[in-house]
Amino acid sequence: MSKANSTETRQREADHDGGSAHGAAGEQLSTAPREERPDTGAGVPAMSVIGWARWFWRQLTSMRVALILLFLLSLGAIPGSLIPQTSVDDMKVQAFKDQHTTLTPVYEKLQLFDVYSSVWFSAIYILLFVSLIGCIVPRTGQFVGQLRSRPPGAPKRLTRLPAYTTWRTDAEPEEVRGAALAVLRERRFRTHVVGDAVAAEKGYLREAGNLVFHIALIVMLVAFASGQLFKSEGGKLIVEGDGFSNTLTQYDDFKSGSLYDSDSLAPFSFVLDDFVGTYEKSGPQRGTPRTFEARVTYSEGADGAERKDVIKVNEPLVVDGTKIYLIAHGYAPVVTVRDGKGKVVSRSAVPLLPIDNNITSSGAIKVMDGYKDKNGEKTQLGFKAFFVPTFAGEGKGQMFSQFPGLDFPVLALSAYQGSLGVDSGLAQNVYQLDTSKMKEFKGEDGELLKKMMMPGEKLDLPDGAGSITFDGVEEWASFQISQQPGNGWALGGSVAAIAGLAGSLFIQRRRVWVRAVRGADGVTVVEMAGLGRSESARLPEELGELSAALVTTAPVAAEAPDTPEKPDTPDGPGTTDATTDATNEAGSRPVHPAEAPAEGAEK
Amino acid sequence: MNLAAATNESLANTSNVLIYSSMAVYTLAFFAHIAEWVLGSRSKVGRTAAALSAPGARASAATGGKPRAGGTAVLDRPEVITRSATGTRDVPDGPGAAGGTFKGDLWGRIAVSLTVVAFLVQAGGVATRALSVQRAPWANMYEFSITFSTVVVGSYLVLLALKKNVRWIGLPLVTTVLLDLGIAVTTLYTDSDQLVPALHSYWLWIHVSTAIICGAVFYLGAVGTVLYLFRDSYESKLASGGTPGKFAASVMERLPSASSLDKFSYRINAAVFPLWTFTIIAGAIWAGDAWGRYWGWDPKEVWSFITWVAYAAYLHARATAGWKGRKAAYLALVAFACWLFNYYGVNIFVSGLHSYAGV
Ligand code: HEM
Repeated sequence: MSKANSTETRQREADHDGGSAHGAAGEQLSTAPREERPDTGAGVPAMSVIGWARWFWRQLTSMRVALILLFLLSLGAIPGSLIPQTSVDDMKVQAFKDQHTTLTPVYEKLQLFDVYSSVWFSAIYILLFVSLIGCIVPRTGQFVGQLRSRPPGAPKRLTRLPAYTTWRTDAEPEEVRGAALAVLRERRFRTHVVGDAVAAEKGYLREAGNLVFHIALIVMLVAFASGQLFKSEGGKLIVEGDGFSNTLTQYDDFKSGSLYDSDSLAPFSFVLDDFVGTYEKSGPQRGTPRTFEARVTYSEGADGAERKDVIKVNEPLVVDGTKIYLIAHGYAPVVTVRDGKGKVVSRSAVPLLPIDNNITSSGAIKVMDGYKDKNGEKTQLGFKAFFVPTFAGEGKGQMFSQFPGLDFPVLALSAYQGSLGVDSGLAQNVYQLDTSKMKEFKGEDGELLKKMMMPGEKLDLPDGAGSITFDGVEEWASFQISQQPGNGWALGGSVAAIAGLAGSLFIQRRRVWVRAVRGADGVTVVEMAGLGRSESARLPEELGELSAALVTTAPVAAEAPDTPEKPDTPDGPGTTDATTDATNEAGSRPVHPAEAPAEGAEK
Repeated sequence: MNLAAATNESLANTSNVLIYSSMAVYTLAFFAHIAEWVLGSRSKVGRTAAALSAPGARASAATGGKPRAGGTAVLDRPEVITRSATGTRDVPDGPGAAGGTFKGDLWGRIAVSLTVVAFLVQAGGVATRALSVQRAPWANMYEFSITFSTVVVGSYLVLLALKKNVRWIGLPLVTTVLLDLGIAVTTLYTDSDQLVPALHSYWLWIHVSTAIICGAVFYLGAVGTVLYLFRDSYESKLASGGTPGKFAASVMERLPSASSLDKFSYRINAAVFPLWTFTIIAGAIWAGDAWGRYWGWDPKEVWSFITWVAYAAYLHARATAGWKGRKAAYLALVAFACWLFNYYGVNIFVSGLHSYAGV
């Protein structure tokens, strides 16, 4: 490596960072990759494949490209926040597609409905992470090398460093160096003597923190990726009193990552004992939900002990690594269907789906088997159901709920008979009634038989076809049950990232040199200087403290003779040029403490 | 029940009165700052120009720097001489808005005192609002805005109390705080109320409070960056022999040097970046509990991520040759714009899970 003197001017022009601006002294003050200017150094590579590959790799792992990739990453994330995303809200995407018929094909080509899993977005972050790995591996090696080696010796002209101080003392140079070693070691600097000066360095944790942070980013990415591949997620709607056990067949819907193995479902079961929802009773926010609680009894394993717990919106239940979230809730009117002879055919709580914030709900009640009509023939019954927890009152408005709580529940039914179409082999929506193969029951007016009922009321089917009774209302809650391995790693990575970042940003890595030489007049001249990364505010303060500590062993000598003394510093005359006049002046003559303020004061 | 509701109501009214009062006091502080700048313009500073144009003066600036850790105990503590890093101009900081004039300084002190009073009144307004709803005062944009500007001013006052050289930021800060409060009370106002269940979580305290602190401090950094850009053009103009306009010179001369402003913004941004990282992670954990997934690319999540990456890019730029200085400063401003958009833009223009709180 070239010496400080010859490189200094060039590096000055190159506007390098604070570390390398001071030549050898600043070398390896960080492990940041040396920047290669695009027009020099890296240049156009030799034409061989290996040459190209090397060139490409060097570019990819340079800070400049990392910077550009970071910028692209944030730019690339923007469209996903403005255009509806399939992964976030499928329905919105559909609505958007219906509205914008010309844009849609373009967007689809560009994968703008799936930005975060698109080829181009993935390309950016994969490149970034390759660059990151390509950056970390050599930097770690370098850092380990730095930990093994010792801080470099003092530069020739300490005056040029960002923080500098000097004084004359009657103590011997060896004595001063010995005291400096002691003072610096006490402050946990790594120190050693090189020639006539003590070299010291501190703050390696900055570099370590930086490496930890970047490695933690990789850990987090891997954790997220594996989480996506191995995760499983399913939904289940449960009416109060019913239960669920964690097997694939029990789910209403189920999604899993591509490497997921269904044997890994944790064995547990739970029963929804009670669901409690409360709502703001008055004021402008009337109807705004206040609490949602699902009280459950669960047991872990095939036959574990039963335990009680409460699942709230922000507080999922965790059983054996699987999380059970409360997602939605609604009402399930309890109805009893009887045939013409008064025999109970079915009695169940039928969950209905909310269609607005006040939980106006709709759905279907289906009687699949067990019902025989008055001729003794097997047939099926179907009812379209509409339910409001709080009815506006007879003749007031339409059948929309006024409040989400159960203040004035009313169930409206219309009745059909025939084939529900469940055997057709097509998947059927349990909340909709397919009336294509059904016949309406007619009321006395000859119209479709309809009735609005309060709990306890009964709808008689015509001609002794039976009846349906509205017995009461249960609530239901739906749960998302998900298992995502890798969360622990992601969390660990995050914590490490923050800790590393704090180390990297709050700790200063800096070097201090203490030179002690005998001046021409036989008095020892002590020079101290510090060098940190460019943003070192505390460096001068620290240098001040260090010098104050050192002065106790090497006290400031009595007033110097009037003639300016030239200390025995090896200051080459050839380096003097116009721009450094000022520094040379200060540097070639130890600035006496008493003089310095006069020259440097901010008056 | 009724009694409680009544006290809540009156607390909410008290809060509103306090917020309006703080606006009045901020307005006074604003005029005091103006007086400070106007009176300060009469000083004959001319130091920047001298430092940059006359070779002799420049030399003394180069070695002069700012003596630190010196003080009066000259004999037992050697003076430390500092130099700016290579490649930056060695220009001393300006004397501040008052320009070293007695009257200007007096008005500056009055402005700071008024700012302290306004801050206390405003903090009272935020506190009574919190008491009236019995929860953290940041569940909708109105509350977020009043809390945000309180924290901005609070951070500024903390820096002042730590004897940092930040008085130059007073005027831009008070101006924007007034603007923020104006928008808050006119267009964003929402009656105090309780939370929907999804917001019932201690993560609301953790996640949102750190988000507000980050935003407030990022804002200070952004103001510093903007002033850096102005001051830097001013210095380059002088260095290349140009003569800036009289008004510009009068204002710019009194600001700290470009390199001090640059360092100020860097330190501020770097100091909160880890906290911003924490905010995002805390948000992810909360989202994991509330919505059953840690990261779902909800618009708010996307923009937090964008902001984070933009600040990371800024920090990288500072460490990359050819990107330091102005280019890095532009990145810092882009990053702060992302933060702002995340707060105002996303709430207003984009709908997502986060928009429940009512604009
Ligand atoms: C995933 C994307 C990345 C993020 C979010 C990120 C973030 C950061 C942050 C916040 C810092 C500031 C810490 C400091 O100033 O000490 C930093 C520093 C640094 N990063 Fe990255 N980084 C990423 C990728 C990379 C890559 C790909 C490289 C290698 C080319 C790299 C090399 C560095 C270096 C050398 C520093 C230290 C600069 C210095 O010493 O001041 N980073 N990074």
